[in-house]
Amino acid sequence: MAEGRMLGERARVERPRLERGDRERNQALPALILDPEKIRGKHAALCFATMAVMLGLPLWWKTTETYRAALPYSQISELDSLLLRLRVPVSVVFVQGSLPIVDQQKLPFTIVNERDIPLKCKMRLKSRFQQAYRMAGSSEENALKKDTVQEAEAALPLPKEDSLGSLNIFVIPEKSSLLPQDKMSYIGPKRTAFVRGAHGRQALTVIGQKILQVAQAMSLTEEVLASALGDRLPEDKLNLDKRRPLKSSLGYEITFSLLNPDPKSHEVHWDIEGAVENYVQPFMSLLSAIGNFSMDSQVLYYAMLGVTPRFDAATSSYTLAAHSLPHVINPVEARLGSRAASLYPVINFLLYVPERAHSPLYIQDKDGARVTTNAFHSPRWGGIMVYNVDPSAYNTTRYPVKVNVDMVPVMEVFLSQMRLLFGVPHPQMPENFLLGSPPSEGLRYWELDRLVWARAVENLATVITTLTSLAELLDKIGNIVIKDDVASEVYRAMDAFQEAALELSAGNLEVAFRASREAVTSSEKAFFDPSLLHLLYFPDDQKFAIYIPLFLPMAVPIFLSMIKIIVENQKARKDMEKVD
Amino acid sequence: MAMAAPLVLHLLLALLLGLGGQSRAEPERDSLREELVLTPLPSGDVSATFQFRTRWDSELQREGGTNHHFLRYAVLPREVVCTENLTPWKKLLPCSSKAGLSVLLKAERLFHTSYHSQAVHIRPVCRDAHCVSVSWELRQTLTVVFDAYTTGQGKKDWSLFRMFSRTITEACPLASQSYVYVDISRNGQENESLEVSPPPTSTYQAVILGDRKTYAVYDLLNLATFSGSRSLNLQLKWRQLQDIGSQLVPFLHAQRYVSGYGLQKGELSTVLHNTHPYRAFPVLLLETVPWYLRLYVHTLAITTKGKENKPSYIHYQPAQDRLRPHLLEMLIQLPANSVTKVSIQFERALLKWTEYTPDPNHGFYVSPSVLSALVPNLVGAKPANWEESPLFSTMFPTSDSSSYFVRLYTEPLLVNLPTPDFSMPYNVICLTCTVVAVCYGSFYNLLTRTFHLEEPKRSRLVRWLANIIRRIRGVPPV
Repeated sequence: MAEGRMLGERARVERPRLERGDRERNQALPALILDPEKIRGKHAALCFATMAVMLGLPLWWKTTETYRAALPYSQISELDSLLLRLRVPVSVVFVQGSLPIVDQQKLPFTIVNERDIPLKCKMRLKSRFQQAYRMAGSSEENALKKDTVQEAEAALPLPKEDSLGSLNIFVIPEKSSLLPQDKMSYIGPKRTAFVRGAHGRQALTVIGQKILQVAQAMSLTEEVLASALGDRLPEDKLNLDKRRPLKSSLGYEITFSLLNPDPKSHEVHWDIEGAVENYVQPFMSLLSAIGNFSMDSQVLYYAMLGVTPRFDAATSSYTLAAHSLPHVINPVEARLGSRAASLYPVINFLLYVPERAHSPLYIQDKDGARVTTNAFHSPRWGGIMVYNVDPSAYNTTRYPVKVNVDMVPVMEVFLSQMRLLFGVPHPQMPENFLLGSPPSEGLRYWELDRLVWARAVENLATVITTLTSLAELLDKIGNIVIKDDVASEVYRAMDAFQEAALELSAGNLEVAFRASREAVTSSEKAFFDPSLLHLLYFPDDQKFAIYIPLFLPMAVPIFLSMIKIIVENQKARKDMEKVD
Repeated sequence: MAMAAPLVLHLLLALLLGLGGQSRAEPERDSLREELVLTPLPSGDVSATFQFRTRWDSELQREGGTNHHFLRYAVLPREVVCTENLTPWKKLLPCSSKAGLSVLLKAERLFHTSYHSQAVHIRPVCRDAHCVSVSWELRQTLTVVFDAYTTGQGKKDWSLFRMFSRTITEACPLASQSYVYVDISRNGQENESLEVSPPPTSTYQAVILGDRKTYAVYDLLNLATFSGSRSLNLQLKWRQLQDIGSQLVPFLHAQRYVSGYGLQKGELSTVLHNTHPYRAFPVLLLETVPWYLRLYVHTLAITTKGKENKPSYIHYQPAQDRLRPHLLEMLIQLPANSVTKVSIQFERALLKWTEYTPDPNHGFYVSPSVLSALVPNLVGAKPANWEESPLFSTMFPTSDSSSYFVRLYTEPLLVNLPTPDFSMPYNVICLTCTVVAVCYGSFYNLLTRTFHLEEPKRSRLVRWLANIIRRIRGVPPV
């Protein structure tokens, strides 16, 4: 193209010069009168060249171009070094007597506490705890006159702001009997916490620090985001063993399998339907905020573990050592076979009833001690529990022995494994904190909030990686067709991303999370669009091999006549100089 | 099963929507029945049919009757069968391949057979007489035909170990019934020609495919079957060689072929044979033809014994390009002892060049036609209680004592479609470019060059040659 344009300019520039030269020559050298036919030929050649350059080349370029819709490249490249503000709205309510009178008069006001969260990559995260201080209303005062903190919490009127991610902290008088004497604060199962007040001049600052401590325990912490952003944090921050939750996805499939490797001796029954309804469903209904869940169950016979357990003569039992556990899963997984049918990640929970020859079977941890739950889990895969049959059942001549699985301990183990797999481990609190027991759903509301925070940030990070790599790829390979629908998906992802970031900084977690999911869906759709691959396999050299029969015969005469014209011109000028 | 093409490897997944009306007895919850039927064929081959039936109660209920708008029929005309088909099939078995009859399912033996047919049927079954609730039944069948004659060095004797390289040691512990049946019918011969060892504990007589059959029964749940040894290795010896001519021809069988020449038109023909000596019966013929064979429905011809045979029912759904195939369904009366030919002409369509399969010159498969018929019995059969009778007899359910139901699949066809030269677009581009370039070149020359006459300067040699020629012609030299 560049060459063609140059050629065109040269042709246009040369023509007047040529004419001027002719005129001069005609005046100066009547002897060298040129043949009019020759001049006409020259003009024709120049015409051809101009046509080819001005009309032919652009026409060819336009008609053979790959269609590439415009993408917001600059915006995508900015994503990488984005500053994400995560705002946590905290409403702090002071009860009568929890604050010196002097400080009370300053109320209500708002403090913002902003902190940087260190990350390895260019993306920056800032957590903002926005604390709105106010005095308690009369109904709240009444509620807090109850005897215990649990009762008080139940009696509290529903807070005005009880959305996902928000916190309500009540400051109670320092000597209040609501809390046991050795506890400084109480964290409830919902989004409410109680903190003891303080005295003295610095009362507000002391209380502020306490509130921040409580708020961080209940909400965003580095740990929570570390678990979400796994590979983006500096390595030393990563607690390798425990923090590998399932990747954020639009849905999950949960499979409960009962493995009975020895149907000759055991006839195992489990009431999985009832157990799922009673224990798993409530938990899932809360977790449905982060995705769709579907559950199924199966019974597999003759499904063996890949490892032969070791006999322990001292306790006349069999043991599975910790180092052999990784080999247990693979042979079993071949039989599970639900992975093929689902687009979503599958989480497996296996209940293994060991064969009679190998029971009782116990799992040992790294130190050689028995694992009390007799279960283990594999991050991002699922959990396995060994269920030993009561040995007294074997005192019979009738085989198979009927075994009815007691689902309560089993579901307890599976639920706590589920918490680990989803990245909501049982919270660990400082000593002087009192932790309320979880509600009937099995998950505290603020734990859910933490999870949603983490998932929202993880989603945004995924969008950033997807869009940047897509932009890089499209930039690198010019042959890829970018259709309008791909472009519109990219724009939609960008819009949703910006909305999510905006809502995060405004503290609307629920809206932000929804937007972040949309952004992930759109960006993945754009990235995996099959139309991106259509023209990838037409390399440039092959295309030009096809054009050569056209280009070569057309270009050669034009170039040759151009060279001839130039050479003749130069010769004529030299001749003129000689004559002069 | 009278299959017209025993060599066609055919995997069929039939999802049968519609109740199995014949079950009335209260079935158990979550039951498994397994059985193996061994049929020595007169040619010396052995056919082995495995059947597994799993039945379970589920909350998955049918809603009202079946809405016919949701009925779908799909067929994959051909798939190269390999162990990849067997592995997932085996996974569906409760005992996998660890215990019971499924121990015999060894892939390297099953795929070195002359016939292989594998099926999965799933259907709802009424749990009680009023059909308030249904159970689901998963029936898996596998039929293989071992060429015992050629692999056994001319001997027709066989044993389980020789066929499967395994023996049976136990029943699947989950099975409520586990049987092996061996066909020891005499086929009208006076003396016993077969000897089975170990001797069976009992025998079973039934009318299968309109013929009275006797089976030696081995109950694997009965410990007496394994008495003496720990495993059951069934052996069969022929006392005298049966002549092959006495082989029974099934009453209904069919063939299908494509005829015609050239790449434009052709004809699909299905030949239906009714070999019953004195009974005529109707046959429901279902054909699905892909859209790229454009059927000429007016050429549909059904002829029996040289006369036109008018079908009593025709349903035709025309194809839509790239959306749905032709569907042709006919009810044809087959007179006794007759051959009926159903033929229809078609035109081959041109596909878009991206629609061709990777090996287009191999041809395109056309799915087999399906024949469903109630074939009359020669011998009277008493209506059986299907829950208690062996599984294989339910494969050919009788509507009353005088006939049995048969569904036949003919062989799939291979049709060649006109295939373009796939490098053509490039050739066309190159050729057009060259033509344009040639025209352009002469045009360019005409317009840019100047032409004027010039006295030719001739070399001495040329003048000498010219003078010689001129002298010969009698013209004065130059």
